[in-house]
Amino acid sequence: MIFTFPHLGNTYIVAKAFLDDFNAQYIIPPFNTNKTLEIGSKYCSEANCLPFKLFVGNMLQASELGADAMLITGGCGPCKLGYFGEMLQKTADDIGINMELITLEVPDQGLKELNARVRKISGNTSFVNVVKVANSAKNVAIKIDNLERLMRIKRAREREKGSVDLIYRAFKNDIMKIKGSKNILEYIKLTENKLNDIKLNENANPLKIAVVGEIYTTIEPYANFELERILGNMGIEVERKVTVSDWIVNDMFRKGLHLPRDSSYVKASKAYLGRMVGGHTQHTIGNSVIHAQEGYDGIIHLYPLGCMPEIVSQAILPAIEEDHQIPIMTIIRDEMTGEAGFVTRLEAFVDLLKKRRGENIDGQSKLLYGY
Amino acid sequence: MGKVNCYMGIDVGSVSTNITLIDEQENVIEKLYLRTEGQPIESIRAGLKDIYKRMGMYVSICGVGTTGSGRQLAAAIIGADVVKNEITAHAIASQKVIPDVRTIIEIGGQDSKIILLKNKIVYDFAMNTVCAAGTGSFLDRQASRIGISIEDFGHYALKSQIPVRIAGRCAVFAESDMIHKQQMGYLREDIIRGLCDALVRNYLANLANGKKLEAPIVFQGGVAANIGIVKAFEKALGLEIIIPKHFDVMGAYGVALLAKEQMQYRAGKSKFNGFDKLNGDYTAVSRECSGCSNCCEIVQISLNNSPVVCWGDKCGKWSGQQGDNISKSEEFTI
Repeated sequence: MIFTFPHLGNTYIVAKAFLDDFNAQYIIPPFNTNKTLEIGSKYCSEANCLPFKLFVGNMLQASELGADAMLITGGCGPCKLGYFGEMLQKTADDIGINMELITLEVPDQGLKELNARVRKISGNTSFVNVVKVANSAKNVAIKIDNLERLMRIKRAREREKGSVDLIYRAFKNDIMKIKGSKNILEYIKLTENKLNDIKLNENANPLKIAVVGEIYTTIEPYANFELERILGNMGIEVERKVTVSDWIVNDMFRKGLHLPRDSSYVKASKAYLGRMVGGHTQHTIGNSVIHAQEGYDGIIHLYPLGCMPEIVSQAILPAIEEDHQIPIMTIIRDEMTGEAGFVTRLEAFVDLLKKRRGENIDGQSKLLYGY
Repeated sequence: MGKVNCYMGIDVGSVSTNITLIDEQENVIEKLYLRTEGQPIESIRAGLKDIYKRMGMYVSICGVGTTGSGRQLAAAIIGADVVKNEITAHAIASQKVIPDVRTIIEIGGQDSKIILLKNKIVYDFAMNTVCAAGTGSFLDRQASRIGISIEDFGHYALKSQIPVRIAGRCAVFAESDMIHKQQMGYLREDIIRGLCDALVRNYLANLANGKKLEAPIVFQGGVAANIGIVKAFEKALGLEIIIPKHFDVMGAYGVALLAKEQMQYRAGKSKFNGFDKLNGDYTAVSRECSGCSNCCEIVQISLNNSPVVCWGDKCGKWSGQQGDNISKSEEFTI
């Protein structure tokens, strides 16, 4: 079997570490581009969401390169429209490509079924080894997310513009050549050190914007026009609580093993939303409240067109905006590839936040200047 | 007589390119509203030539600002001191005219926006993301379908006694609904009025969604010329709508104000290239970069075959070094 997996931000590094450790054969699909979307849209219903179209695009591009099994996570319900795994399998069959979908999540049939699925990848290695490999993959995910967080902080403060981007580009380039979780973790550490050596602007007090919304659009840079980089290079610190590692720890491991999960966002969302309604709605609502309490300057809410759970969030967010006096901007992403309109909204939002902060600091209105 | 010091604001939008000149007292001394017709470079050039012909002898340009979706392009060609998004530009212009404005409705060619202000600062805004129903280009199209000019559109609407209900949720559905009603023989003015009502409903549902619209309300952008839409807004909101004198060029006015502010703050020479620079031959080349897996679409603008500006890349390789000629580089597949 030659494995592949869809792109979701830097998850490919986690998947790579996992498959390397099992000595499995795999293909990393080409990164998401307009071409991926074009291929995906061709085989999807118009009403499918952007993430699904890109998944299909990844699947077809990987299939062309020889992959015949695709690993995905979360096919059992986090999305209200559900059945991602089943729908992908059906789409693959309809197109007529040879692709087996393997969903790595604890299914209704229990851990035994999950074990059978993992065995397809791991072969006849010991159970202890499987646990060990899964654990290292989790560690890679955590370290990657920490690295991303560090980049977001440094980018907003770097003295020389583009320093972080330069290091990150080298990282993305080199990580492809590095095999196994141990080496990958080492290289992440090395990159972390490089980031820590960047000269910072000591007096910087950057605006802080939090990103909430549908998991794929918030994490995958292609789906959000590299929002974090654009904002970071405007000198803004970006934070995003929903991460891949958080998902692996809470929704795969802890949920599967029936351990207590992080539920701070559930508590915070209680006043607005009493229960789980699918997708990341509770995260979106809860984290918005938490961010407002933490003193963020603004919140950007992202989701792909037609995402039902986030439509619910969008309806609730104005109440949070009012109650907590924090500006929230919703941006919906669809197949449009023009970045200009997106950047216009970001710039205007940043102007608004700057002006609000200026207002708060010295109590008088100041005009804004161009970048 | 010495030349008058002027600041120029240029708003390059999807449908129109607007230019305003303001003097030191911030009065509009010249304005121009041109159709972009999909050729921003040409329309900027035509607009500036026109301005030069009329005003060139009497004014000296001390600062230039650009806004609108073509702001980067305009800034590169003309040489701008301020490049600002249209939302901020509109808010600034509106506040200049009506200092205590609370709500700004702006409907342009492809975009519609709502800007809410509190204590004289913008505290919330929304801009249409996935639907262009209710914008100028849609109205343009429907006017030509009905066979009247867009200038008369609003007056027809006012003649109507009983508006026809038209689904305004989506531009495509609105169109087919309208055609259907036409085929059934409804009066033309009733259909037009119905369309105005539908577009206002769409605007309020999509943009004002859950937000409180407080008076005074200012309506600007090209569509504000349409009396039918204005009346429909007044009816739907139950409030008076103020249309500023220069409603059609408010974006350009706002950015001219910003340019003036900026030049006073910076106290240097304007980056304006001068009117004569525009006579050169501007060409645009677009290529897909094959330098990495991102496959960015790069656009480069050249003046007399020497590159002026380049953008579209994610890595900054091309936009960073404007001097490189992309059409000669090996990293492009044609």
